[in-house]
Amino acid sequence: MLGLSVERLRADMNRLLALLFHQGVLDEQFLQLQQLQDESSPNFVSEVVNIYFHESEKLLRNLRALLVDKEFSDYKKMGTHLNQFMGSSSSIGAQRIRNVCVAFRAASDQNNRPGCIRALELLEYEYCYLKNKLHELFQIEQQRILAATVRYPMQQQHHQQQQQQQQPNNP
Amino acid sequence: MTVEEIRGDGDNFPVGLRVLAVDDDPICLKLLETLLRKCQYHVTTTSQARMALKMLRENKDRFDLVISDVHMPDMDGFKLLEYVGLEMDLPVIMLSANGDPKLVMKGVTHGACDYLVKPVRIEELRNIWQHVLRRKKCDNKNPKKSSGQVKSHQANGEGLGSPTGNADQNGKFNRKRKEDEDESEDNENDEDPSTQKKPRVVWSIELHRKFVGAVNQLGIEKAVPKRILDLMNVDGLTRENVASHLQKYRLYLKRISSAASQQAHMAAAFGVKDSPFMHHMGSLDGLGDFRTLSSARLPNVVLSPYTTTTNAMLGRLNSPSANVSLRNLSPSVGPLQPSQAQNLSSSIASLNKMNFGTQNTSLFQGIPSHLEQNATNNNSKGILGTSNFNAIDELLNGASFNPEPFDASGAFGSSNPLLSSTESFHSQLPLVNGSRRNDASLNGAYLNTDFSSGVGLVGGEVHNMNYGNNIFGSLNSSNISGNGIVSRLGRSLGQNNAISNQRMDGFVNGRSSVSGGSNLLQQNEIEKPVNELRQRSNEDSFLLEETRLNAGFVPQSYDSLDELVNAMIKREQDETVSNCEFQFDDDYAFGNGI
Repeated sequence: MLGLSVERLRADMNRLLALLFHQGVLDEQFLQLQQLQDESSPNFVSEVVNIYFHESEKLLRNLRALLVDKEFSDYKKMGTHLNQFMGSSSSIGAQRIRNVCVAFRAASDQNNRPGCIRALELLEYEYCYLKNKLHELFQIEQQRILAATVRYPMQQQHHQQQQQQQQPNNP
Repeated sequence: MTVEEIRGDGDNFPVGLRVLAVDDDPICLKLLETLLRKCQYHVTTTSQARMALKMLRENKDRFDLVISDVHMPDMDGFKLLEYVGLEMDLPVIMLSANGDPKLVMKGVTHGACDYLVKPVRIEELRNIWQHVLRRKKCDNKNPKKSSGQVKSHQANGEGLGSPTGNADQNGKFNRKRKEDEDESEDNENDEDPSTQKKPRVVWSIELHRKFVGAVNQLGIEKAVPKRILDLMNVDGLTRENVASHLQKYRLYLKRISSAASQQAHMAAAFGVKDSPFMHHMGSLDGLGDFRTLSSARLPNVVLSPYTTTTNAMLGRLNSPSANVSLRNLSPSVGPLQPSQAQNLSSSIASLNKMNFGTQNTSLFQGIPSHLEQNATNNNSKGILGTSNFNAIDELLNGASFNPEPFDASGAFGSSNPLLSSTESFHSQLPLVNGSRRNDASLNGAYLNTDFSSGVGLVGGEVHNMNYGNNIFGSLNSSNISGNGIVSRLGRSLGQNNAISNQRMDGFVNGRSSVSGGSNLLQQNEIEKPVNELRQRSNEDSFLLEETRLNAGFVPQSYDSLDELVNAMIKREQDETVSNCEFQFDDDYAFGNGI
């Protein structure tokens, strides 16, 4: 029944969130984001996260373009990109990504190109993982909303069916 | 939003605060906007610093507060900070993903009232209204009205659920309490026209251009507020306005010029490399800085002739004529550079003979480079202290500062730099006070009580500092708001704001409390003798500067140095000011912004 699926969906969502928190992929800043979502901004979290995806992909591309260059030396420019990536990641609560950024920054401070490349790869991996999970989260959320909106008429129908079934049993 | 408007709202005080948020990162910008809206502020956002400046310039009254990211592609956040400070004088909060103490220090020295690290939490944003209020109080100087309201806002502020520590709360409380006391003292002297409320002067681009033109015409060395004012030929502009603007401008120039002269050893303690103040304060190394800082502080705190030293200079300084001799320190600063040890003695000697000079600028400028050379010279530290003072106190006390060398120029980790320097403080103290003050006995008494506690505090502090950069770091971070206060203080100098020694002591103590946490009591003790001091000397500017130095704490005094010099110059020319009690900016109190 759809009514049940709403609950199930909500449970799925919570389970996924709990997992992400447990893994350290997300931290309490993400909770703050969720708290900012209310009637005046009902899609706040998904809007912000989508902007984050968009910007992050740009930044990651830039970082990669800088680092693949064998004569790479512009650590300062890389630092700028990295700083922005770190700022936005920490702002949405992407804890693991932020931690990798910290390591990345350390390698960059030492002008350690191989270290930076390794950090970038780790960053890309973490980013992909986060993106997939958040997409999943949003999908569940959307289904839940859909299920909730159609719940009422279906439930009424369900209720009527139940009543009909019960009637013959009534003495 | 005026202070009255803000206060009038009572419980809703922070509601409607108009904030301009600048950040090139769209995620952070959106988040910031939403968070600020949640705090019920009016938010305007832009991702371009130039756009932000344009908006600010179009209508200076449109915003109460600016929050800006540090790293932006079109303009450095610090530069924006300076422009806003110079032109619009709005409180600016810096924002960055990077919480490196060096950057934080840079923010502080450039005049930011606060430095937030991403991710920004809503609790931090709930408190930003205090920066606006503080600045407005500083500007408006409306004692009667504000004293009652300060209390209510005190309650408000503390009830707003600030996550800051108890020390900060206490600091706030004490600061406000002192403000009240100050204000009530100030009320008695309301007749003095310079303490009356003045409408704020807005430094538009044209005005600033005229100002710069006048300064260049006169030559930066000879640019004194009165002559600048005459050259500018603008109606409604007072010398005080020009003086305070000159302070800021000098600060700005120093920053630009001293950017090249960074000292590695300073990084150890503060990570502050290019602060003229740090240079002034005996910058050689972190500890040295601290020492000079403390030395600058102590005399500030005391401000009364301290006659414990046997320094002949002290005796001289205590006499009114000593001022004259002290003033000439700046010329001696030059020669100090090459060989400071020699210069120390010669400068000190020459101090007595020097005439009052108006070469503050040169002194000022000379100090940083000269300070750089001080790294290895303990004696020079003494000089630095003195020269700093001179610069700061218009060459007043600097020279007399302490002929006895500080023991350890010491790096941060040196054993008892502070202790040794406290000795020198003792000697310095009389110098500082002596030149201006004639009431040796009372001041001495005051000094004694204060000094001991101050010394204890400083000593304690230094030791704490010695033992860990962390403390410094925390002090630095906690000083951020203080710094803002200090610079505000400088600004208010032009308007003869009341200063209280108490505040200074409190500041010093409060600072200690940041590390130690128990000095607030001492601060209270000191307040009583301070009150006595209040009516004393004419040179409130003197006191002011010293206070500033103290309050400036480490990084913050940087601003205060410039302000001090300018204030001194201004006071030089403004004899009528002398009747005022020392006025210390209300907001000057330490630690309240954190």
